[in-house]
Amino acid sequence: MQTRRDMLARSASVAAALASLGLLPQAAQAAWPQAAFEAKNMGELMKALGYSAPAESKDVSITGPDIAENGAVVPVGAATTLAGARRLLLLVEKNPNMLAAVFDLTDAVEPSISTRVKMGQSSNVFAVAITADNKVLYAAKEIKVTLGGCGG
Amino acid sequence: MADPMRIRAQAQGDKTTVRVLMSHEMETGQRKDAAGKVIPAWFIQEVSATHNGKPVMSAQWGPSVAKNPFLQFTLKGAKAGDKIAISWKDNRGDTRSDEATVS
Repeated sequence: MQTRRDMLARSASVAAALASLGLLPQAAQAAWPQAAFEAKNMGELMKALGYSAPAESKDVSITGPDIAENGAVVPVGAATTLAGARRLLLLVEKNPNMLAAVFDLTDAVEPSISTRVKMGQSSNVFAVAITADNKVLYAAKEIKVTLGGCGG
Repeated sequence: MADPMRIRAQAQGDKTTVRVLMSHEMETGQRKDAAGKVIPAWFIQEVSATHNGKPVMSAQWGPSVAKNPFLQFTLKGAKAGDKIAISWKDNRGDTRSDEATVS
C-alpha cells in the first residue's frame, strides 16, 4: 500500500530529478548563467553556480595535448567514472573568463565530452564534474600554448 | 542564417558516438579590429541534443569555445536509424537545428 508520505517523497524526488535534467520549464528558461561566465577564478565561479569548493579527484579526467601549437583550437575532453554525474564543466584558468563550457548530462549519455577551446596563454585546464548529490570534483592538466588564441 | 552543422552519429554496440561540427565565428569580444575598435562578442550560448525527440544533453558555452565548435559525446542505447537532432542558439538570438540519422 502506498501512503501519502511515500507519495510526497516520491514526487519531490521526481521534481528534483527533472530539475537537475533541466526539463522543468523554469530551469530551461534560466539557462545561460551570466555570472558564472564572468567569473575570474574558481572561488567566484563556484559561488556563481552555487556549488561548494571542488576537491581534486582521480574519478575525473581531463584529456588534451601537453603542448598546443595554436591556442585558438585546443582539443580538450572531460570525463568521469562517477555514477550519477549531472554536469561537466571545462575551465581554462588564465583565460579572461575562466569558464569555457557547461554540459548538462542525462542518463542517456556517457559522462564524457570532447570539444575544442581557445586559450590565451599556457595555463591549467580543469575538468569539473558535479554529481547528483552536489559533490564537486575536478581534475587539472597544464597545457602549454605556443601561440595564443585570444588575439588583441 | 548560419551554415548547416555537420553531424555524424555512429553506433558501436549499444554506444553511439555523436560528433558535431558547427559553423560559427565564436567571436570573444576581446579582439580588436584594424581600427582598434573592439569586435563585439558573438558566440553560441546554448546547445542541446535530442535522441528521437527526447532531450539527452544540453550545454551552455562561453566565448572561449573555439571557432567552428566541435562537440563529441557518447549516447547510450541508440540504434541505427534513430534520429539525433542538435540545436544551438547564439547571443544574438540566432538559432539553428540540424538532424542526423544514426548509422
